[in-house]
Amino acid sequence: MTVRVYVFPKATVLDPQGQAVRNALVSQGHQSVAQVRQGKVFDLQLEGVADAAAARAEGEQIAHDVLANPVIESYRVEVLA
Amino acid sequence: MSLTLQEVSAHRLTWSEYEKIISLLGREPTFTELGIFGVMWSEHCSYKSSRIHLRKLPSRSKLVLVGPGENAGIIDIGDNVAIAFKIESHNHPSFIEPFQGAATGVGGILRDIFTMGARPIAVMDALRFGKLDNSETGQRNKRIVQGVVSGISHYGNCFGVPTVGGECVFESCYDGNPLVNVFALGVFKHDEIFFGRATGVGNPVIYVGAKTGRDGIHGASMASEEFSEESKDKRPNVQVGDPFMEKLLLEACLEVMKTGAVVGIQDMGAAGLTCSTCEMGSRAGTGVEIDLKYVPQRETGMTPYEIMLSESQERMLLVAEKGREQEVFDVFHKWGLDAAVVGVVTDDGMLRVRNHGEIVAELSNRALADEAPLYDRPYTKPHRTVPMEAPAFASTDLTGDLTRLLASSDVCSKAWIWDQYDWMVRTNTTQGPGSDAAIVRIKETDSSIAMALDGNGRYCYLDPREGAKLIVAECCRNLSTSGALPIAATNNLNFGNPERPEIMAQLVEAIEGIAEACTFFETPITGGNVSLYNETLGEAIYPTPVMGIVGILKTAAPIPMQFAQPDRDIVLLGGLGASDETHFGGTQYAKVILDTLWGLPPQLDMDYEKRVQAAMREIAQAGLAESAHDLSDGGLAVALAEASFRGIGAHVKVETTLRPELALFHEGPSRILVSTASPGQVREIAEKYGVAADVIGKTTVGQLTIGEWVDCSIAQLQRPWKTALEEALH
Amino acid sequence: MKFGVVVFPGSNCDHDAWYATTQNLGQQAEFLWHHSEDLKGADAIILPGGFSYGDYLRCGAIARFSPIMNAVRRFAQEGGPVMGFCNGFQILCEAGLLPGALLRNAGMKFICRPVELEVGTTNSPFTNALTSGQRLTVPIAHGEGCYQAEESVLDQLEAEDRVAFRYVDNPNGSARSIAGILSAGRNVLGMMPHPERATDPLMGSTDGRLIFDSLISAYALTSK
Repeated sequence: MTVRVYVFPKATVLDPQGQAVRNALVSQGHQSVAQVRQGKVFDLQLEGVADAAAARAEGEQIAHDVLANPVIESYRVEVLA
Repeated sequence: MSLTLQEVSAHRLTWSEYEKIISLLGREPTFTELGIFGVMWSEHCSYKSSRIHLRKLPSRSKLVLVGPGENAGIIDIGDNVAIAFKIESHNHPSFIEPFQGAATGVGGILRDIFTMGARPIAVMDALRFGKLDNSETGQRNKRIVQGVVSGISHYGNCFGVPTVGGECVFESCYDGNPLVNVFALGVFKHDEIFFGRATGVGNPVIYVGAKTGRDGIHGASMASEEFSEESKDKRPNVQVGDPFMEKLLLEACLEVMKTGAVVGIQDMGAAGLTCSTCEMGSRAGTGVEIDLKYVPQRETGMTPYEIMLSESQERMLLVAEKGREQEVFDVFHKWGLDAAVVGVVTDDGMLRVRNHGEIVAELSNRALADEAPLYDRPYTKPHRTVPMEAPAFASTDLTGDLTRLLASSDVCSKAWIWDQYDWMVRTNTTQGPGSDAAIVRIKETDSSIAMALDGNGRYCYLDPREGAKLIVAECCRNLSTSGALPIAATNNLNFGNPERPEIMAQLVEAIEGIAEACTFFETPITGGNVSLYNETLGEAIYPTPVMGIVGILKTAAPIPMQFAQPDRDIVLLGGLGASDETHFGGTQYAKVILDTLWGLPPQLDMDYEKRVQAAMREIAQAGLAESAHDLSDGGLAVALAEASFRGIGAHVKVETTLRPELALFHEGPSRILVSTASPGQVREIAEKYGVAADVIGKTTVGQLTIGEWVDCSIAQLQRPWKTALEEALH
Repeated sequence: MKFGVVVFPGSNCDHDAWYATTQNLGQQAEFLWHHSEDLKGADAIILPGGFSYGDYLRCGAIARFSPIMNAVRRFAQEGGPVMGFCNGFQILCEAGLLPGALLRNAGMKFICRPVELEVGTTNSPFTNALTSGQRLTVPIAHGEGCYQAEESVLDQLEAEDRVAFRYVDNPNGSARSIAGILSAGRNVLGMMPHPERATDPLMGSTDGRLIFDSLISAYALTSK
């Protein structure tokens, strides 16, 4: 089973990367880009988990403990097929 | 509306401080005003517990152009060139979020330097962490070390300032309370100096740099009724640093200063907009009126309280000449930065904050900046719980002891750390990290600046006064060993809770020790930082004053620390020195080999120390030293080993009645190892200053031999020294 | 000879390149602002080190869109010499002027220290004063200097003798220890090490001068 974890800077934390990309896009003529948030995506392939709920729980745990820094980042977990 | 005791104490104000606010205002403060007082009267901004003692520090000399009270001290180095430098702590943020905490620590001190008009050309860091091999906290400590080092590396490297040196110490008392003290130094011409003063009634107040978000608003606001449970998630406490933005801000600030349109400028550090507005007004004796609707904001719905207290990074406040706003905007827009007029300088001495016209705070600048409470906190005898008497000890393997010391966390190579710092950018670093002192040349002059950071919590715990003097002496000795004349200092005072009389006593004695030594060594203190309440679970850190001292020398190829040629005489300038078991208790030998702490720090004779240093500088300037390395942690044996790490070793015989552990490893000050082809001339100079210059042996290839005590190949000593830190971190 | 040193927002070795060329090598140099397309009559272009645009998307990825890069591209197409050091090398790869890409160092950490390089080819305006196999000590200072390209591209670089420098002791995991490469026309050099930091005896090594000296003498020949 594959679990996808999205990690992003918390909505109100400064995201210098996203800001720099946004400024570059605007200067390229993409005036409509109001904001860019740059995050990370992890696909975790899990073996031997009972079901989607267990996979999600495992993913949540990994995201909270390792992949995200809860002080400045938030995360979201999706169970893929 | 009446404020509750809970709201007042949530702002870390006591009830009597609150009553003082009411009597100054003649009314109750608004919630926003309470927030403003809370930060301005905090220990961090007001130095209320330390100020009366800080006055004891010397702050003047012929070379001091600007002393304490400004963003950084300024020293004349001749040729119409000046340097600005300062050290500052970012201890607590580095524990909460090591990477960002350390990164924003670097960012903050850099802004202190360039807000004065100087271009930063060097950074150093004094780092202290809990032990890596602690079974409970070791893993966390490793993460803190890795985070702090990459945070410094990220910010300094990207900004383009070389991190040229520093120190790194591991001690259990820093478990849960790491110390991250960052030093920065900049250079400029005498006529390029700017001050944080809001002069000229009617002049516009301009906000430049990053937009304001809810960064760093913590503690105080959390207890406020305005926030509900679900808003907690949205409330970030940790400031995120953006070194790229800071680099643009640096270039734009230095460029706008050249236009002549800028009257005063100050960075927004702790307490951001609050601190910069009232300090600039207070220094100039003027008022500042701003309207928050003009403040560039990154988030929507920010309250006046949040905007005034935000600690968003990479922002500056400047006052320009009326009518020349456009010149300022043009420069900042060229660098892609925000710049907005947010207010005006007034003549009434008030900080008046409006939000869309409505007044939300109206306070006297002086009340905020200069009338903070001053405390003469009671102090008794410095806290200590260790014995005076030494335990029984007798070494069976002195070579083994030396090897263990070299591989110990404080003594081992810190290359794992400084390999991650770009210590060469700007092509000024003639002597980089891992040396006694770092040296950067000042382009367009014949001068170079040497700098060193030193601290020693163990010495200061045993005796804060003597410990502090030893640190000043050692820091100056590091500079003199490079041939530089120490000229000025900055200090970072890291201590526990000053409300405990035995901790306050540590602070007072350390300050008095620094004052005495800095007066004696003619290195006035031009500024610095005090960090109190460094405690974990009620246990204070060792008293840890950190000195940053700068010296001046003629630009030339540096004297290496390591022996350069075989078959040269090795001179121990200053002599073997004295020690007894009582004064051996704070040494690295006591820590690493005996795992304990007792007695007193080494004995210092300041007059002798000064003469040793003067002799060393003369030896260096006469070109007589092929290598020079000062004795410190681990004493003579460690210094000899470190000096051998380019493959040229030493064959040394020590004439002494001291027992071998003391002779090899005592840490008595006033000693420098010099290798020379002209021992006669070296001795002549030493005699002139009335100091010992014992020829203790000769350099050889590949082996270190010290009498009957130590005999070992250099490779065997060097391997553990080189790899210990990296191994401890994995 | 006149060097043009491009200044991107976030460039931080621009001044070092200017100082090396003017003060240590006695040549002329001018800064070229990223927003302009004017090369100010420069005879050679340097893309300096640093963190252009913060290097936040990918190193060099945003810089390649700068107006100045249009001018640099034209200059290179006409055979003008272009050198990219460190971040400049990353920009040249992102801009398609050189093949391949620079990834994070194999050890995942920033590394700053002098390293030994071996000269791969002397057949270029930047290396003609060197000898094949000669060793130079030049500093590196980068977090993303691991050179990677497809096997076929690496084969081609070697077949066409376009590997300018190799690391003697590969510090960052670069494919085939590549430290610097040349364009097909041999007039564009990208390298991770910083030769501009090795032009002054006070900085420990002057081996970087040899690269500039090569170019200066090549220029003297062509401009006669």
